[in-house]
Amino acid sequence: MPHVVFTGNLQRHVQCPPCEVVGHTVRECLEASFELYGGARGYVVDEHGALRAHMVVFVDGQAISDRQCLGDAVEENSEIFVMQALSGG
Amino acid sequence: MANTLLVATRKGLFIIRRSMAGMWEIGSVSFLGDNVTLALADVRTGTWFAALDHGHFGVKLHRSMDSGATWEEVGVPVYPEPPEGLEEIDSMGRVVPWKLKLIWALEPGLATQPGLLWCGTIPGGLFYSEDNGLTWTLVRSLWDDPLRKQWNGGGADFPGIHSICVDPRDGNKVTVGVSSGGVWQTSDGGSTWACKADGMRAEYMPPELAYDPNIQDPHRVVQSPSNPDILWAQHHNGIFRTTNGGQQWEEIRNVPPSVFGFAVAVHPADPEIAWFVPAIKDERRVPVGGAVVVTRTRNGGHSFETLSNGLPKSHAYDLVYRHALDIDRSGSRLAFGSTTGSLWVTEDGGDHWQTVSQHLPPIYAVRFAD
Repeated sequence: MPHVVFTGNLQRHVQCPPCEVVGHTVRECLEASFELYGGARGYVVDEHGALRAHMVVFVDGQAISDRQCLGDAVEENSEIFVMQALSGG
Repeated sequence: MANTLLVATRKGLFIIRRSMAGMWEIGSVSFLGDNVTLALADVRTGTWFAALDHGHFGVKLHRSMDSGATWEEVGVPVYPEPPEGLEEIDSMGRVVPWKLKLIWALEPGLATQPGLLWCGTIPGGLFYSEDNGLTWTLVRSLWDDPLRKQWNGGGADFPGIHSICVDPRDGNKVTVGVSSGGVWQTSDGGSTWACKADGMRAEYMPPELAYDPNIQDPHRVVQSPSNPDILWAQHHNGIFRTTNGGQQWEEIRNVPPSVFGFAVAVHPADPEIAWFVPAIKDERRVPVGGAVVVTRTRNGGHSFETLSNGLPKSHAYDLVYRHALDIDRSGSRLAFGSTTGSLWVTEDGGDHWQTVSQHLPPIYAVRFAD
């Protein structure tokens, strides 16, 4: 099952430890994780479901390309990391 | 008289309390390290609200029923999906996001409207909640007004509603101030709106557009509780006042040391008394001569006093933002905070000021809590 890990910085606001979920896309996996940790949704995606502007999701080490619909494919044993995007500084 | 002050800063919400000895001291801090952009103490219920902007994680709203001992996250205003295929472009050529960027105004309804809150946001949506902030609804009548698309924004990238005045005589009559979008008013609880900025002057526009109501840039609008037909505005290039509920504004000129600023407060019992915190106008935005002062009129703007007792006299570069000046219900206690983390309180209407701190994080808003 895909494994979802949320940035440690998010834990200060919402408890969302690593979890195993069922899904074939990033959207499906994140939605499944939000079922477990409802409070995390608004911190990761905006009101229209797009990835927040300064967040980034890696699937097996690759930043996803579809930040709007989160349609990137996820494999059975994928590692999904939900992180803050850093840009300099 | 209020004995508690909420101070929203770049690094937390500081709770300031007045000691028995009359000293204002930092009592506690909530959300330490987080960007608290606005605070509200609802006089109807005693509920405190704190708006946060987490940057990466978005805008959040929290409320406390126990004076800050505990907080719970509640809902935030949610913009609808724009119509299919619509890409709204503003006059600067930017795509206007139908997404919450900042909670910029938060005010309660009247005591006869329990649970009602109003919220102004960037990029320009006005919202209301009927359940004490749990859920929010966009005021579509204002958002869909074609003139709204002409709003420009000021220092922020997109326009925003920073001031909400609920008429104490009639909770359906609401006036809002918009950055580079004038002053708007409803008399039917938000079903219909009209721009009410006639008489305001924008010296930063070409002469033929200078009096266009919809491009005026009020920095802050406040309404007299004792005579709600009188409203005061600290505008981008001046001080304005209306005595007929916004039908016509009058410019008040020649206020030393400057008519530029962001904040204004009006006395709760006397509409002729108002306070401002001036600065060198927009290209510099620092106190005139490096001296922090407050200006006060007692006669409706005919004359002003410059108040400086207890405030820094030189090499002070404090700027006071639009929500960072507040007055309590007695009218004698005021507080203001600055971008450089200074906080001052007066208990005599501004004649003398007490320095609470000069080392707080940048201050965005101060609100008396009781």
